[in-house]
Amino acid sequence: MTGPAPAGGWTTGTIIELDRPTDRLVRARLHVDDRVDHLPGQHYVVRLRAPDGYTAQRSYSVASDPDDPLLELMVECLPGGEVSGFLHDVAEVGDVLELRGPIGGWFVWEGDVPAVCVAGGSGVVPIVAMARYAHRLGLQERLRIVAVARTWDELPYAAELQRYGAFLALTRENLGDRVAAPPYPSEMEPLVAGASRAYVCGSVGFASFATRLLEDAGVATDAIRVEQFGETG
Amino acid sequence: MPITRGFTGRGRPERPDRLPPGQYDTGSSWPTLTAEATPSLSQEQWEQEWRMSVDGLVESPQSWSWREIHALPGSTYFGDIHCVTTWSKFDMTFTGVSVDTLLEAARPRPEAAFVLAHSTTGYTTNLPLADVTGGKAWVVWEVDGKPLPRGHGGPVRLLVPHLYFWKSAKWVTRLELLDRDRPGFWEQNGYHDRGDPWLEQRYQGDP
Repeated sequence: MTGPAPAGGWTTGTIIELDRPTDRLVRARLHVDDRVDHLPGQHYVVRLRAPDGYTAQRSYSVASDPDDPLLELMVECLPGGEVSGFLHDVAEVGDVLELRGPIGGWFVWEGDVPAVCVAGGSGVVPIVAMARYAHRLGLQERLRIVAVARTWDELPYAAELQRYGAFLALTRENLGDRVAAPPYPSEMEPLVAGASRAYVCGSVGFASFATRLLEDAGVATDAIRVEQFGETG
Repeated sequence: MPITRGFTGRGRPERPDRLPPGQYDTGSSWPTLTAEATPSLSQEQWEQEWRMSVDGLVESPQSWSWREIHALPGSTYFGDIHCVTTWSKFDMTFTGVSVDTLLEAARPRPEAAFVLAHSTTGYTTNLPLADVTGGKAWVVWEVDGKPLPRGHGGPVRLLVPHLYFWKSAKWVTRLELLDRDRPGFWEQNGYHDRGDPWLEQRYQGDP
């Protein structure tokens, strides 16, 4: 990066499109007031405000290309999730939300280095932003993607990622000729070849699995950038 | 800022006086967040190879082995921790050694005003010296009476519980004393230089 990553303060955004691709996912596309363009991989904070002033806020990765006129968030509905539950059950087109972003300068890819991404489940979201960006600029050769999920339905953007040439590894159902299994070392080798940076995104358990997978495939530990979410109990 | 249509919230905290603005009580769970690969050294390797150093603007640079640091007078923190990702966790017990004890041995020079904490992974975080002195910071290896798990920064992490938890560097190995503030890892990547949860200093630009 040639300078600090772009950062935006608190603003508001209006939900322009809202859909629920599965019963655990909600996709919101927002018009952001005074938007600061993000880099692929950055995130936004969504803050909800009750009439008595009580607030709840959570961070969500951006799925959209910086070039997209709208900001796209794909949010997984977590059990008991105060913000994700609201977005899933209550939010409607036309609602105005408090937003802050973009944020973060570490888990970003600007197309400057060849990279390999290993994402699990809804951890694909920031990788989708990178993939869309790469696709638009013709940089697909520099971005290899491994997306892992139990089933096709549990992998957000599965069809789009497949179209971009991502390697999809489903662990609980077959996909074409590929029998259900986590990625094999032999499948990883061609994908990591030549990559000088790696991005890992997913749950804590997935991040530790993916980090080991990359290290075993020969990626240097200090070339791996991790974004993990969820709880260890 | 506008009220969110249809949002009432899941209930108010039982102890709002203990919850900084924008935080929620995570209860019995303890989320983990890291930006880099978790070190894979075995406990045995760690105990042989790890050292804790205090250097930079000090009269007498110091370095302790695993065994030596355990022989220093112990110190315990009992209280709450706050993560910038908005969870707080109440009533934790951490045991280790007070940073005051380490600094007493190294004797900071008068011009020392900031600390850069370094981890074995290359992670760094910056702190005003005043935030790690006077019983406010520890180097810890036990949580709730058990060895600190690797995912939570074990075997040894920094603990600065009055600031957001990214300041409590996991896998800490060195405190470097400086005369000026030098931004650490997250601080170069958009996060606040001080990180006081009660002032909600989450990101660069927050007052």
